[in-house]
Amino acid sequence: MERTTLDLWVGMFVVGGLAALVILAFKVGNLSTYNVSQSYQLQANFSNIGGLKAQASIKSAGVLVGRVTGISLDTKQYEARVVMSIDSRYQFPKDTIGKILTSGLLGEQYIGLDPGGDTVMLKGGDEIKQTQSAVVLEDMIGKFLYNKAEGGK
Amino acid sequence: MAIVSSLRSIGSRVINAVWRIGYASRFFMMTLLYSGLSFRRFRLTVREIFFSGVMSLIIILVAGMFVGMVLGLQGYETLKRYGSESALGSLVALSLVRELGPVLAALLFASRAGSAMTAEIGLMKATEQISAMEMMAVNPIARVVAPRFWAGVISMPLLAAMFSAMGVFGGYVVGVVLIGVDEGSFWSQMQGAVDFRHDVLNGVIKSFVFGVAVTVISLFEGYDAPPTAEGVSGATTRTVVQSSLAILMLDFMLTAFMFGE
Repeated sequence: MERTTLDLWVGMFVVGGLAALVILAFKVGNLSTYNVSQSYQLQANFSNIGGLKAQASIKSAGVLVGRVTGISLDTKQYEARVVMSIDSRYQFPKDTIGKILTSGLLGEQYIGLDPGGDTVMLKGGDEIKQTQSAVVLEDMIGKFLYNKAEGGK
Repeated sequence: MAIVSSLRSIGSRVINAVWRIGYASRFFMMTLLYSGLSFRRFRLTVREIFFSGVMSLIIILVAGMFVGMVLGLQGYETLKRYGSESALGSLVALSLVRELGPVLAALLFASRAGSAMTAEIGLMKATEQISAMEMMAVNPIARVVAPRFWAGVISMPLLAAMFSAMGVFGGYVVGVVLIGVDEGSFWSQMQGAVDFRHDVLNGVIKSFVFGVAVTVISLFEGYDAPPTAEGVSGATTRTVVQSSLAILMLDFMLTAFMFGE
């Protein structure tokens, strides 16, 4: 087995391809901000989640702290059950309020966490008791029109 | 009589097509089965990586650059209307990493390297080199086909990754350097939108699947080509047509699987 220039070219090709993958992972993608390991799960029930989707972001004071991992319908109370995966660097008090908010006027929906003043922190598997549902535009317009009609009488 | 003969010709075409599909499947299985040699004597595969991968490098890089530049220009023109030019980065990166990178790289690979493989093997068959190998108890599938197959399968994801990276660079050149979109928002919007597992890895899986499809089609067409000048030229054409169609159809199916909700 001797080394040939062909090997050099193929080596350069493979290295270039892998380098491109690394660039895609770190410069283009979010692997550099990826926190693979530590996260804990929280749950919350919302009476209406609007257009919230799995993988939607969870923010507290505007900082990304986690992602929505699962959405299902809780058939006991007929409410939406949202499972959230929160970065374990961030702890939240027991009386934290979860709100479904919209980024911008037409942007995607996310969950905002407003921490309360409790000294006991939420642990993995806990539930956020106080929640505020998404604002559904149709409902709001309906209410507005209804109020208008009431007022006009 | 005309009806009978046309029915007969339709029937024979269908039977012939099914026959070829069966033969191609057996050919694919044989290639996988006799792949041992292409790893034990890896030099064989390296040689083929050089001819199919390294030689396609220039066209892939140049094409990727220009596709990225076009995306940058067109994306900017459209996004400007909605006042969201800063989303240019995520537009360019997502369309490249998810779709255009794997698909266009595979199309270029099929026409650059796939057709060459078909012509080479078809000519080997026409000049009876394949039969000569069999006479010497050398298995042509293990010696000629399998190394080319693995070279294609290894090269394709690397080429697609380079295509996408070059495209992002082209989009950066047009968007940030020439037009003047804010550099910070270009990259941060991009990083916010592109998920490594969901977008980048799925793109790599796509290009891997395309690599398998293109090389199997090209090698089979070469191996099955009638041993005449006309036969080889027909097989080369069929390689390009069929692999392009296969790439686009597979792409639709993979996209439906990966990104459909």
